[in-house]
Amino acid sequence: MRRGGGWAWGFTAPALLLIGFYLAYPTLATIYLSLFDRQSQRFVGLRNYLDLFSSSAMLTALRNNVLWLVLFTTLTVGLGLALAVLTDRVRYEAAAKALIFLPMAISFVGAGVIWKFVYAYRPAGAPQIGLANQVMVLSGREPVGWLIAQPWVNNLALIVVGVWIWTGFAMVVLSAAYKGIPKELLEAARVDGASEWQVFWRISLPVIQSTVAVVATTMVITVLKVFDIVYVMTNGSFGTEVMANRMYKEMFQFRHFGRASAIAVILFIAIVPVMLANIRRFRQQEATR
Amino acid sequence: MVTMVLLATSLAALFGLTALGAGRVTMLGTWGGQELEAFLQVLEPFERETGIDVEFTGTRDLVAVLTTRVAAGNPPDVAALPNPGQMVELAAEGHLVDLSGVLDMQTMRSQYAPVWLDLGSYQGKLYAIFISADLKSLVWYNPKAFAARGYAVPSTWDEMMALSDKIAGTGVTPWSIGLESGAASGWPGTDWIEDIMLRTAGPEVYDRWVAHEIPWTDPAVRRAWEIFGQIVRNPRYVYGGTTGALSTNFGDAVSFLFTQPPRAYLHRQATFIQSFILQSNPNLVAGEDYDFFALPPIDPAWGTPALGAADMVAMLRDTPEARALMRYLASPEAQQRWVAALGKVSANRAVPMEAYPDPLTRKAAQVLVSAQVFRFDGSDLMPAAVGSGAFWEGILQYVAGEDLDSVLESIEAQAQDAYGG
Repeated sequence: MRRGGGWAWGFTAPALLLIGFYLAYPTLATIYLSLFDRQSQRFVGLRNYLDLFSSSAMLTALRNNVLWLVLFTTLTVGLGLALAVLTDRVRYEAAAKALIFLPMAISFVGAGVIWKFVYAYRPAGAPQIGLANQVMVLSGREPVGWLIAQPWVNNLALIVVGVWIWTGFAMVVLSAAYKGIPKELLEAARVDGASEWQVFWRISLPVIQSTVAVVATTMVITVLKVFDIVYVMTNGSFGTEVMANRMYKEMFQFRHFGRASAIAVILFIAIVPVMLANIRRFRQQEATR
Repeated sequence: MVTMVLLATSLAALFGLTALGAGRVTMLGTWGGQELEAFLQVLEPFERETGIDVEFTGTRDLVAVLTTRVAAGNPPDVAALPNPGQMVELAAEGHLVDLSGVLDMQTMRSQYAPVWLDLGSYQGKLYAIFISADLKSLVWYNPKAFAARGYAVPSTWDEMMALSDKIAGTGVTPWSIGLESGAASGWPGTDWIEDIMLRTAGPEVYDRWVAHEIPWTDPAVRRAWEIFGQIVRNPRYVYGGTTGALSTNFGDAVSFLFTQPPRAYLHRQATFIQSFILQSNPNLVAGEDYDFFALPPIDPAWGTPALGAADMVAMLRDTPEARALMRYLASPEAQQRWVAALGKVSANRAVPMEAYPDPLTRKAAQVLVSAQVFRFDGSDLMPAAVGSGAFWEGILQYVAGEDLDSVLESIEAQAQDAYGG
């Protein structure tokens, strides 16, 4: 092994170079830039970070990212799991799954535009052009400004779009794991008199636990960088700002490179624990194999 | 061996490309659709006569694309900039070419009013030219609906408010306002504030406000917001109330003047809205079915000032082809084609009144020429973090019902940061 040391370096060099160039260098450069002013010329220490944590727009963004994190992850994993189990028992499983998975094929920007039409608002009395408000009017209620009414209605309206896209993905992965549960296990439980509810909570869920964790981690990473939906539908107005959209604004609209980099670093730090947990689980699984 | 051949051919292709590149200009702009068609018409004689190929790339996200390309050292030769604020930022960073060596400055001074040359300059050097202007201080209305109801065109602000009350009294909302504009939502409201500022505080205070020499919490600024609020936050005045104003697209709002019966009677918007009117109602006739009046004066001392915006073009790389294109775009021949196709007003005085295709555009050109006070759209002159950030956001927050003091304080905080550098 020691003699092979030089060779090992030779073989890993291309990979190391690529990782260094595309991952390590940008990361370090971003951290470095986050300590400088808008033009990346004057060193300002941690001022960008302090500014961010004292700006109300950024605090709204932080609050909303937490809201997205909790609701989006719970809903995609929860609905995905429920659908995986329920579709397993129907004859038209393939069709039902295809239908739920379909939004995954649409880009986020496309989905944002589509849902903007769904949420379109016209004043009461005028013909509604949005599906959501048409339903409201037909059920005898007033039309709602779905993307305007803050802070709950519009944030929930946006999260629904994200859930609409990603539930299919969670469902497909969880369904594969669910189908991998040995049938004898479930049958044994049923023979022993367990109700379906007990079979699910006591047998199925513990068996596919690691897959659920992987899907949840993927969702967490997806949601921390949520941008497109918010950018297209509200651009963060009316209290719907999220961190990635704030980063885009600071970088490309306000041309403040220091602050944009600082937001990138904050997002990076927020994702690190999730990544570490993921790697640890991966190693444990490898070890037990 | 194969690699050698491949390398040789790709090198040849590279040299071939650079050789071909001699007759090319790359240009970046926001135009698409009807505007892009009009611009291609403008370019047509230029390309035919010089043989230079203009490669135009249109993007609605111009600032982001331009920032990236400039940072990457790959700027377009020529760019149509969205506003003077952007131009100043780019010029200050040294990315723009000084045009005094490119254009004949004497001709420029004779064909352009000093205001346009000033707005295109930074620290005494000309960096951008204006190819057209949009007049913003206009209220659009439906003359037939006005006649049917016996409404008269108001000549003072008080008359306009009395008319609003009269219309509201019949159970119809007088105003149609649309503030939604995708990622740029809120900008139509900034035009309102600017127009009111010019009419209540005068051009000097306006200039000081734009340069942030007075704070956003100044009584003069506050008053303009309050006057805007009297209209936009009054649910009896605005079609759909505040939710309607916030969720209606700026291009759709005007169409409510032409429904049967009209859902609103008044709409404040720039000259360019004419193309939106015709897009949704192609059969309407200018001057008969739709018309405009100048937004009336508030304080007689300041009269009826004109607020406007304009399309500007700057040069980022000094090539002979780019120079030729800039000279052409500054000429009345090019601008005549541009304004005729779009119903815009030319910034070049050498463009004859007959060049305008319809009486309304001619009327707007006359309003612009005869206005004693002309000011450029203030939000376009402010640093982007305020002019296309906090100001837009503030309009949306205010209309959504937030307290005026807290809105102004939050814009002021952003402004102190952005103007401070």
